Amino acid sequence: MYISLSDVTPTEKTPDVPGRRPTQSATTRVSSVVIALGVVSMFTDISTESVSAILPLYITGVIGLSTVAYGVIDGLYQGISAVVRIAGGYAADRGDQPKWVAFFGYGISAVARIGLLFASGFAALSAVVALDRLGKGVRTAPRDALITASSEPDNLARSFGVHRMLDTVGAAIGPLLAFGILFFIPDGYSTIFVVSLAFAILGVILLGVLVPNKRPRAERAIATAQPKARFRWRDLNDRRLRRLLLTAGLLGLVTVGDGFIYLVLQSKSGFAAEYFPLLYVGTNVAFLALAIPMGRVADRFGRARIFILGHLALLAAYVCAAIPATGWQLTLVCLLLLGAFYAATDGILAALASQATPVETLASGIAAAQTAVALSRLIASIGFGLLWFSLGRDGAMIVVALALAVLLPVTAVILRDFLRVARSA
Amino acid sequence: MTTGRKWLALSVVSVLLLGGAIAYGATAYARYQARAAAPSEVTTTTALTTTAEPHIVFRNTAQGQGYGKVATVPIAEPSTARALTEQACDRVYATNEVLSCLRIKRGVPTTFEAGVFDRAGTEVGSWPLPGIPSRTRLSHDSTLVSTTSFVTGHSYATVGFSTETVVSRVDGESYGNLEDFTLLINGERLTAADRNIWGVTFADDDTTFYATAASGGRTWLVHGNLAERTLTAVFDNAECPSLSPDGTRVAYKKNSGTPDDPHWGIAVLTLTTEEEVVLPESKNVDDQVEWLDDSTLLYGLAREGAVGDSDIWSLASDGSTTPSLLIEHAWSPSVVRK
Repeated sequence: MYISLSDVTPTEKTPDVPGRRPTQSATTRVSSVVIALGVVSMFTDISTESVSAILPLYITGVIGLSTVAYGVIDGLYQGISAVVRIAGGYAADRGDQPKWVAFFGYGISAVARIGLLFASGFAALSAVVALDRLGKGVRTAPRDALITASSEPDNLARSFGVHRMLDTVGAAIGPLLAFGILFFIPDGYSTIFVVSLAFAILGVILLGVLVPNKRPRAERAIATAQPKARFRWRDLNDRRLRRLLLTAGLLGLVTVGDGFIYLVLQSKSGFAAEYFPLLYVGTNVAFLALAIPMGRVADRFGRARIFILGHLALLAAYVCAAIPATGWQLTLVCLLLLGAFYAATDGILAALASQATPVETLASGIAAAQTAVALSRLIASIGFGLLWFSLGRDGAMIVVALALAVLLPVTAVILRDFLRVARSA
Repeated sequence: MTTGRKWLALSVVSVLLLGGAIAYGATAYARYQARAAAPSEVTTTTALTTTAEPHIVFRNTAQGQGYGKVATVPIAEPSTARALTEQACDRVYATNEVLSCLRIKRGVPTTFEAGVFDRAGTEVGSWPLPGIPSRTRLSHDSTLVSTTSFVTGHSYATVGFSTETVVSRVDGESYGNLEDFTLLINGERLTAADRNIWGVTFADDDTTFYATAASGGRTWLVHGNLAERTLTAVFDNAECPSLSPDGTRVAYKKNSGTPDDPHWGIAVLTLTTEEEVVLPESKNVDDQVEWLDDSTLLYGLAREGAVGDSDIWSLASDGSTTPSLLIEHAWSPSVVRK
């Protein structure tokens, strides 16, 4: 992989004199820092996903915990991340050291991998899982702030696209690696944990060495010849950010997890349950293939527009899942639409949050948007489960599709400020 | 540090880390091969126990050759050499006619399968399972089979944890997922989306069964009816029930901890009087109990300090004795009385 370090080394050598913008023509190239962050995420995702994929097998098969216990661990996975995300964003802004906050987050996840080698009971395993998710929660917003700080305003969405693409490649490799190891060594869990640890450490080292310590607030102070602005909660109460959070939250409420859509597809088509994992692979492949093109188009055509259009793809996926026709072609179309939805919304949301937040509260703003999405989707999952039971599979799907169809124009009105400016600077 | 040196250092670190991981994997592979090829740590025989004689069918967890294979010992002499079959199962249950085998098929991706075999080892039928094998039971007359698997989410889109428990006729016809049965708690229909059903035990009439229902952190012993497609709660806090051979009592796991930090002991409920006796087993039990006879229970316990190994213990069903070790290096017992 080509990584140019020409604009990285000087900044790193002299962290006290930042403010250099990469001199290369930023309209055509994504910063090497973004690529480095993408590779860090890729290795970290290989590390995380290789363990996640086999954790249910490990817990129930080797440690011997029962069904209920697994439910609790899974719940931990979900809850912790959202809560600490805001804290990570705040810490990054407050200290103006997003790199080291992210480094701390990646670091504790790596430490959790060491714990996995020794965890042998329910309590120990819960602690390890909690620690890992803690790290993920802490690092996400500062890392996205670094991506923003390392990108030009006119290639921001593309930068996020590059990062998410590399991230998803890691998420695809991890489970393959883990199942491959189990195929050759049926009780090879410790090997998976060791491999996972190696990738985690590698990710942390790459972050430490390759990514310069961007200091958004200090850089801005130098660029504008003003004294360094302080972190103010007030900055988060910006009208544009409020509208973005509202939009993200509202749309999150009608975003049922793709796991549910797979369940709909499966119960409709009746294909064997053993092909279920392939659906995740299909969505991931579509996501990683479309992440960069979507980012590119978003930079030209308008990020908010692509964000809304992405939800239109989600609506199409709902319709695709709900219509009575079956067939593998239809299933493929559904997966493609889901992948397009993720490609058009995941990184783009971070880009939108960046452009709606002053640099002093950049990481907090990104964290707030991501938390709004995470929490509202959690509510959506629970709600959809209830709908499924009371209205049945098709009824639930139709209700959610209708709700999304109604909300889309509403959110377009809420986001009108964003939609008007196609190219934001 | 110059850019060149930095890359050199990074390359060296990468090679060391990934090389170290590969080396670890290679030795683990070699160790596994050696272990699988080594003689079993218990005495085994290939002479099959005759199915005419009362015997216990279980999963052999002794390290070495035959690990994970279905094995049998006579009830009269449980500590004699175990007769190993060629069949590998993660959960097994048998009657004198058929054997139910739940299996993890390792691969990319790993999948799960249920199969019913006659006692000569010929497959009667098989079907994919949606998740990790957990429990299986057969009715005494070998006409009904139940399977429970854990359906787990994926980190990218977690559907959440759930169990799927299906009852089928051995000859193929399925009664479907028990979650679709009407669940009644204190006479009220429970419709919560988080309800889960697991751990079936069959009565002798081919209609009645017992199972566990759970919702909102609570569990119930439920009485099931295949003809009416209903599940009716009969007792609180009871998981993985097992009906006694005479049909008067149910043994089950009872949680003395909290839903978040469970500690399961064993209890026996007399169905007519609703009298519950908690048995003197202090270890955490995660198995569906099996009745050796009308007064003795069998269950598996993980062997401390040995990953993937377990033992089968026995315990008087009235609480009059403390647990005793019955079969070492064994899991998933089922008793074939005739």
